[in-house]
Amino acid sequence: MSATKNILDTHKDFPTLKRIINGKPLVYFDNGATAQKPQLVIDRINDYYQNENANIHRGVHTLSQDATSAYEEARRKIQVLINAPLEEEVIFTKGTTDGINLIANGFSRGFLNSGDEIVISEMEHHSNIVPWQMACEYTGAVLKVAPINDEGELIFEAFEALLSTKTKLVAITHISNTLGTINPAKDIVRAAHAKGIPVLFDGAQSVQHMAVDVQDLDCEFYVFGGHKMFGPTGIGVLYGKKEWLDKLPPYQGGGDMIKTVSFEKTTYNDLPHKFEAGTPNIAGGIGLGAAVDYLNRIDWKEVHIHEQGLLKYATDQILQIEGIKIIGTAKNKAGVLSFVHDKAHHYDIGTILDQLGIAIRTGHHCTEPLMHRCKITGTARASFAFYNTKEEIDVFIAALKRALKMLL
Amino acid sequence: MSIQEVSGELIEDFELFEDWADKYEYIISLGKDLQSMNVSDKTDDNIVKGCQSQVWLTARNEDGIVFFDADSDAIITKGIIALLVKVFNGQSAKDILNNDLTFIDQIGLKEHLSPNRSNGLVAMVQKMKTYALAFSK
Repeated sequence: MSATKNILDTHKDFPTLKRIINGKPLVYFDNGATAQKPQLVIDRINDYYQNENANIHRGVHTLSQDATSAYEEARRKIQVLINAPLEEEVIFTKGTTDGINLIANGFSRGFLNSGDEIVISEMEHHSNIVPWQMACEYTGAVLKVAPINDEGELIFEAFEALLSTKTKLVAITHISNTLGTINPAKDIVRAAHAKGIPVLFDGAQSVQHMAVDVQDLDCEFYVFGGHKMFGPTGIGVLYGKKEWLDKLPPYQGGGDMIKTVSFEKTTYNDLPHKFEAGTPNIAGGIGLGAAVDYLNRIDWKEVHIHEQGLLKYATDQILQIEGIKIIGTAKNKAGVLSFVHDKAHHYDIGTILDQLGIAIRTGHHCTEPLMHRCKITGTARASFAFYNTKEEIDVFIAALKRALKMLL
Repeated sequence: MSIQEVSGELIEDFELFEDWADKYEYIISLGKDLQSMNVSDKTDDNIVKGCQSQVWLTARNEDGIVFFDADSDAIITKGIIALLVKVFNGQSAKDILNNDLTFIDQIGLKEHLSPNRSNGLVAMVQKMKTYALAFSK
């Protein structure tokens, strides 16, 4: 493995970050929506299409075998990254949403009955709400929502009180995309397991900020997308404990997921292929493998210190601006800064910042129930990645002041 | 004045702006100058669903001439609405329906018509035309 990268040296590895937007150097603070890709990932995808493109599995020719090796190698890289015990516990999906839908679909076919309950939280992204609502609609199960406090933290006692013999699954976000709250994942698993309840974590926002260890968490399912961890879009990962993946029914039928097919009886393939019907996103998987190669060269402890430094610096600076209120003030928080202004609309702020070359996200961030809880229609959100710098925050704060001056 | 004449004047106004900030300051000032709608008119029926900012629109028909009343909780959106209202207010339903909206491009606000801007402008124009269509029958 190559030497560990200096975190302050990573910005130059991401070509998109060199863009000039509206005449200004881009300041990219929309990492919660998607992260930029290092040159290494872009080159790897390009190389795949230039030199290796072939359909994987079962091909006897060299190209197919090369592509299969690269794709399966990517699976092993993910396995090591998240410390999954078995390679076949790593299922490639389209992304976080797809992974949650896969589990929700499996649960609604034989694992949920009328009156059963699924516990989520008030801070969930729509993609960890709607699939469960659909499962409930189909089975007659009931969705239970664990509340949060005004800081945006899970009220743990209230969450625990929701767990009962009726609870069939806890599905909760690891890190809130809107608030930045880092949920006490191990405590959640401990509380659920004490009652024999499996746990799914929505890890969409975690994998770009921290080293996730699924064995340490001991969760049954962990889902995330590739594009937020510096890999391509359209590829994601579902980690599931083998015993669970073995008993859940397949999600989609088609090629690759079968052992034998006849008109009378079809038998399904073993893991992971049982959940990977059809030609997968081969380039995406291989590109994601390259993203893992990149992540293996950074030190997560350094990432943590750097991002927490950025968050604290940005928080201190922004709070000096009159009328600003931060939404999400959890003690344990990732590099996400959601804010509102008492007179300026988040949409207006985002529009002016864009003119100044700064990309932030505005709106409800696909967490409408959370917005209702906070009694707001949306926020402006700056979300940081390790390649961001203190200087960019200075540019952002100056631009925000200018925007407010124009708007008020 | 016709739609052509009003939008022609706006295009000339916008040509004078030297940079984006002047342009946006002008839009913001239009937004601030546009009279707010009565709260009683800000009903669900009058809401134009945009993803991020809320937009309300009503229209009335006086002998084939259409008058609009509009508002938004975001000031830039409100300014752009004010532009549209300026152009289409007091025009015939037929002329509103026939306008191809190229003036929006000509004043350099085309980016606000792109769907991912999520400011409801596209829906707003559609709703204005829907009113005009209803009044033209």
